[in-house]
Amino acid sequence: MSDTAMTPPLGVTTEPLLARRLLICTVIVLISVLLFAPLIAVFSEALSQGAGAAIQSLASSDARSAIRLTLIVATIAVPLNAAFGIAAAWAITKFDFRGKAFLITLIDLPFSVSPVVAGLALVLLFGANSTFGAWLVAHDLKIVFAFPGIVLATMFVTFPFVARELIPVMIEQGKAEEEAALTLGATGWRAFFTVTLPNIRWALLYGVLLCNARAMGEFGAVAVISGKIRGQTTTMPIMIEMLYNEYLSVAAFSLAAVLALLALLTLILKSVLEWRYSALLAATRRH
Amino acid sequence: MYIEIEELAKEFGSSRALHPVSLSIPSGALIALLGPSGSGKTTLLRILGGLEFPTSGRVLFDGKDATGLSVQERRAGFVFQHYALFKHMTVFENIAYGLRARKRRERPTEAEIGRRVNRLLDLIQLPDIGARYTSQLSGGQRQRVALARALAIEPRMLLLDEPFGALDAKVRKELRQGLRDIHDTTGLTTIFVTHDQEEAMELADLVVVMSMGRIEQVGRPADIRARPASTFVREFTMT
Repeated sequence: MSDTAMTPPLGVTTEPLLARRLLICTVIVLISVLLFAPLIAVFSEALSQGAGAAIQSLASSDARSAIRLTLIVATIAVPLNAAFGIAAAWAITKFDFRGKAFLITLIDLPFSVSPVVAGLALVLLFGANSTFGAWLVAHDLKIVFAFPGIVLATMFVTFPFVARELIPVMIEQGKAEEEAALTLGATGWRAFFTVTLPNIRWALLYGVLLCNARAMGEFGAVAVISGKIRGQTTTMPIMIEMLYNEYLSVAAFSLAAVLALLALLTLILKSVLEWRYSALLAATRRH
Repeated sequence: MYIEIEELAKEFGSSRALHPVSLSIPSGALIALLGPSGSGKTTLLRILGGLEFPTSGRVLFDGKDATGLSVQERRAGFVFQHYALFKHMTVFENIAYGLRARKRRERPTEAEIGRRVNRLLDLIQLPDIGARYTSQLSGGQRQRVALARALAIEPRMLLLDEPFGALDAKVRKELRQGLRDIHDTTGLTTIFVTHDQEEAMELADLVVVMSMGRIEQVGRPADIRARPASTFVREFTMT
């Protein structure tokens, strides 16, 4: 399939050379300005007073706690959302039930609601002024302005990523393979782990990576619910904003560079996995 | 195994896929469920395989009520319309799937699984394709692998949903004979769904003509040709 797409026969590209060059140059300029320039700016600003200053700013206890908090939040939120996303996509694509369209809309809700609004909603729900919040306070369960609130806000904002990646793939695959597994004597769980999961693994990986990137980068909802308590409830994006507002640009951009590196790392991880399994992919995708 | 279907009906929401139908299938027969799309033939096949459950009526296997048996308990070898082979597994692993899915104490040893898979590959006359992925096979090869996979679980019956539907005319003719041979070798009660009257008439011992969720006629091919029970049967089997 890809062979023919990559080497078009002569005569397909009939535009004059100048037009082609112009289009290619436009793309390169756009990509440079939109993607690479900001990334380079972040790193050069971080290193503007030398690598020593950058590392020193990262070694501060506030920066270290922000990095730690972001990583822990992602470690909790991403696997949970992966599990929920798989369950939701499974239910939506393999079964027919009343209210399915409503459920799909509900899954998309975090995409359409502004993260700040989501954060405020959580504060209203769990804050000390609500009945539920008062009950929580009475039982010494802190959610707002604390770690559980940050996890909740992050999970809310990143909920659609995995399900949204999986649903189209699972619709396309239908349920014949699962049914085949069942007629061969497999239990539902076995069919899920040996047939469904291998079939969706690339979409799942992609969804998880997107979910992870957003979980680490989420600002709005977390900014509202965390209360921005320095060294306690500040995640990396919030710490970056605080440092920037305090004119500590080396510290701010150093932390931003680490956040960007984490995102790049997930992308590299995905490419490596794809490259590693490219032969198997080619064999199983042709259909 | 002989199968009895008593007053079986199926509704999907408000639409009736199957009006109460009754049918007896003798042990070891090769049966065609023949009808246009929407005639309920696939629904009937899926109910027999345990993939759908009837709204009312009963199914009996060898005289025992099997209506509530789960799909796993039925042990029906099912060949799906587009074969539903597992894309991420080799042909060998596809065929071995049902054996590996058994409970630990019923599961054959690895060597025994290998022997059985190879015997099935011989049976479908594709002895050398075990290591390939299903995307590397032709349509006819895929159909035969699906058949081998269904046979691997030592099924009590064989159910095939449009087994020749996705193949071109020449391969279709060859594989018809292939299915006949496998049926004769294994002696399994075999039921296949088709909309192609020529295929049904040529291959089956007994043809069940269906339309709009009802059974129009049951009979041997020659009898149906000679004495069609209704205008629908006459017109459908003429074309």
